[in-house]
Amino acid sequence: MTIAATSRDYSLIGRDSALAVANGLAAAEWYHTDVERKAMKALMQRSDGPAIRDTAIWIGAMVVFAGLGIWFWGSWIAVPFFLAYGVLYGSGGDSRWHECGHGTAFKTRWMNDVVYQIACFMMMRNPVTWRWSHARHHTDTIIVGRDPEISVMRPPDLLRVVLSFVGVLDVWHGLTDMVRNAAGVVSAEEKTFIPEMEQAKVVRVARIWAAIYAVTIVVAIAMGSWLPLVIVGGPRLYGAWHHVLTGLLQHGGLADNVTDHRLNSRSVLMNPVSRFIYWNMNYHVEHHMFPMVPYHALPKLHELIKHDLPAANSSMWDAYREMVPAFLRQLRNEDYFLKRELPATAKPYREELHGDAAAAE
Amino acid sequence: MGEWIEACGSDDVEEEDVIRFDHAGRVFAIYRSPDDEYFATDGLCTHEHVSLADGLVMDEIIECPKHNGRFNYKTGEAKGAPVCVNLRTYRVKVEGGAVFVEV
Ligand code: FES
Repeated sequence: MTIAATSRDYSLIGRDSALAVANGLAAAEWYHTDVERKAMKALMQRSDGPAIRDTAIWIGAMVVFAGLGIWFWGSWIAVPFFLAYGVLYGSGGDSRWHECGHGTAFKTRWMNDVVYQIACFMMMRNPVTWRWSHARHHTDTIIVGRDPEISVMRPPDLLRVVLSFVGVLDVWHGLTDMVRNAAGVVSAEEKTFIPEMEQAKVVRVARIWAAIYAVTIVVAIAMGSWLPLVIVGGPRLYGAWHHVLTGLLQHGGLADNVTDHRLNSRSVLMNPVSRFIYWNMNYHVEHHMFPMVPYHALPKLHELIKHDLPAANSSMWDAYREMVPAFLRQLRNEDYFLKRELPATAKPYREELHGDAAAAE
Repeated sequence: MGEWIEACGSDDVEEEDVIRFDHAGRVFAIYRSPDDEYFATDGLCTHEHVSLADGLVMDEIIECPKHNGRFNYKTGEAKGAPVCVNLRTYRVKVEGGAVFVEV
């Protein structure tokens, strides 16, 4: 039997957006593993300690690596220092943006806010726009036409995937959005998830950032050197690879249009360095099911609910070995996806809600 | 003047915690503060109508479990994105080991 591929419309104001609403997929009730309130309350508790320690290491390491890079500027010895600095900036910034956007990194609110603003600037993500887009990503995770943060659409655009490792398209979009917002324009798509009362803030931040980048460029020209841009903005290109390497695994090759994170998200066991850069977002099913649990408690949450989840991939390599062939199959049939097998101890997928995905082989 | 309805026993809510109370098709959240006072608000978040009783109480804040929106449960004030609309609050009294809400 041949399955006719459907063509998905990822626009937030297009056909599939309306379809998702009509089919009850928008703002739907999602599956949650049962966790006793006492245990969940303990897991949700906030504390400043782990994030202060990690932020001190993160910023301290950036200062040291950038300092050594500047010291050796003009020599090849500077390259490894800037590569290390770049990863902390262009990839570490992604996970800090994410966790502080949820407000779960620190207990103290202003600490979350400060790190959030810094990380947003590093990642060229408007702090207002992206707070709202990420809220929508959690409401309608990988629902076509609703989720603004689907990184690999179907059929996969593999050139785009490859380019994302060096941040080219993200930087292009980040800067053009910044210039457009700074000119006072909030797009029709942005208006679908940013309430009117928040839109002026989008413009204000974009103007401040545009001024910072303009000053950086003027300084670079005045110095006759690329150095200022290697320190500010540039790492979003040459340091992006790690957050793409880890981020693609979050949902890549899995189901769409379902309301069970076990079907559309992936947890992967990772080495400690990657987990530091990624702030434990490798426990991605757990994070989506319970976004109130801070990054530092995710390993405990994983232990508590793993009986109800598909087994985590044993390494990034293991996860890529299943995801890349799935992308290649989706080139021929965009309806193909990897179905996550549940352990015998898990509650089964609700076939009545997403029969195709739950029943797929 | 509203009607006083018995919502729960005073020991049904732990200190610095919240429980859900359903009445006449409406959802309420009953809070017990760290200094052992009781409060009540609408039980569904004003952002996307998620039950706040699954959230986290920290001092006088209730944080919504879905997108971490925060409200002051004593005043109902929304404390910033993604919650922009305040929560409705209700008067509460404790009598004979039971918590009553004026609905
Ligand atoms: S549903 Fe409560 S913050 Fe979104």
